[in-house]
Amino acid sequence: MAKVLMKGNEAIAEAAIRAGCDAYFGYPITPQTELLEYMSKRMPELGRVFVQGESEIASVNMVLGAAAAGKRAMTSSSSPGISLKQEGISYLAGTELPAVVVNIMRGGPGLGNVQPSQSDYFQATKGGGHGDYFPIVLAPATVQEAIDFTILAFELADKYRNPAMILGDGSIGQIMEPVELPEVEPKPPPKPWALTGCKDREKNIIRSLYLLAAPLEARNIILQKKYREIEAHEQRHAEFMLDGAEIVIVAYGTVGRVAQTAINKAREEGILAGLFRPITLYPYPKDALSSVIEQAKVFLVLEMSAGQMLEDVELVVKGRVPVEFQGWLGGRVPTPTEVLEKIREVADKHTS
Amino acid sequence: MPEGKVVFKRPEALEEIPTHYCPGCTHGTIHRLIAEVIDELGIREKTVGIAPVGCAVLAYHYFKFDMAEAAHGRAPAVATGIKRVRPENVVFTYQGDGDLAAIGTAEIVQAANRGENITVIFVNNAVFGMTGGQMAPTTLPGQVTTSTPTGRDVKLAGYPLRVAELIAQTAGAAYVVRRTVTQPKYVRSCRKAIKTAFETQLAGLGLSIVEVLSTCSTNWGMSPLEALDWVEDNMIPYYPLGDYKVIDEVKGLE
Repeated sequence: MAKVLMKGNEAIAEAAIRAGCDAYFGYPITPQTELLEYMSKRMPELGRVFVQGESEIASVNMVLGAAAAGKRAMTSSSSPGISLKQEGISYLAGTELPAVVVNIMRGGPGLGNVQPSQSDYFQATKGGGHGDYFPIVLAPATVQEAIDFTILAFELADKYRNPAMILGDGSIGQIMEPVELPEVEPKPPPKPWALTGCKDREKNIIRSLYLLAAPLEARNIILQKKYREIEAHEQRHAEFMLDGAEIVIVAYGTVGRVAQTAINKAREEGILAGLFRPITLYPYPKDALSSVIEQAKVFLVLEMSAGQMLEDVELVVKGRVPVEFQGWLGGRVPTPTEVLEKIREVADKHTS
Repeated sequence: MPEGKVVFKRPEALEEIPTHYCPGCTHGTIHRLIAEVIDELGIREKTVGIAPVGCAVLAYHYFKFDMAEAAHGRAPAVATGIKRVRPENVVFTYQGDGDLAAIGTAEIVQAANRGENITVIFVNNAVFGMTGGQMAPTTLPGQVTTSTPTGRDVKLAGYPLRVAELIAQTAGAAYVVRRTVTQPKYVRSCRKAIKTAFETQLAGLGLSIVEVLSTCSTNWGMSPLEALDWVEDNMIPYYPLGDYKVIDEVKGLE
């Protein structure tokens, strides 16, 4: 298949279109605005729905409506806008509606800046909005992965009737890389629960309100069962030079990529470093990470944050092996040199 | 058995179930009017309603057609999502004054501005009913509520919002009227307006909204009959009944 040079934001949009996205609702915010603009051109060309909503809040609620009507719907934003969408995402989870939300992360908190960051990990993976729920979270490290995971997100959202999130950082949205755009035959499952008009059937109600404790408890038990299923079947990760690695770097997205360059250099220096790169951040790839504990002398968690995924690694490792950390804040992207220096430091401390 | 003719019965679109509304609440009347219109237009099987957060949060139990819950104020956005992907369905929202005019101000103004082809039934009773009677955007100056215990002071709490007048200024709204249900003649006029609103949607002419001045005898601390009088004596002067925007094509439908 021929490769084409595409910017991350636009590649995600094109992938969504190929995955059968019927409706896109969004709002401008740097660094993901190109996604909105691409959709504004392509969706009307295909006779599909595009609305630039008046806010991120309105957009996610439009997604909820389209999803309730049985269609594949998507919205995208960046960190502050995703904060606004949390109410809507909680409602999507509570009403068991499939939808895709794209977060191209930028520096925070507050207005922050438009540089890349990974400081929305907690927000993405621990629910983010109110109540007991999780969105499925996929973390691409390349534009190709952004394409593949967007298609996967629509499938997983429909499979589990749950919101699915693509969690990229500003770099992923902005860089241009050669990619293959797959031909996809979207196969959404039947949706007998959808609001299509009650002709020839009982009426459907889409809601998350259960006033009495017992029915809401029952609902939550159903949701929790679903999350256990997702955790059992959908963990995904990638590995780089993990064979024989004593220093196991755990990093996702762009940081994982930078780490690969540093690991190559470290190996040349005789440092046995390798990369464990989570792809699903929820469900966290605990099983695969656990199986690496035995070989590791130390884990080194690298994030563009003050240490959020760090906690999930610590939970898996349970103190059996030291866990070191370096974070880059304020939208700073690590350089391979900075990562290599940290690897050397960790190697000195734990493996000599 | 003598031959008879059924001249009055429960509408098909209304479930046979007791509601939770207070005795004397005008939600009951307004629900019935909507159901009658939906039956008359024969659209029950393609209607999708969106319930608010407010006393009518459970409206989906009372109507016999597909319904969705929306977060507080978001119903016009949810309705936009549904109508855009399924334009063949008839989509309406049912919202109170807190839902539509406080937290939902952006959503209703923008949906109207975009000319979304949806119908909005706006139940204005000048308080937040479900949460126990706090000030709402439509609470009148001097009105005592649980969050304006000495009466609404416009210097501190601002002025009441006239929604029909506001929405009438948007280019995309096609039918914007204010009615009430305090007397049979007003009930009949309100029913007619609701029918025109749905017909506006069926003709694809833009956003239709019927603001209905309503009572909340419980939170106003009066009897249901006193509450009906209170609407006529206090609300109608501030929120005049009438037609605020009726585009020519809708005039043709009336």
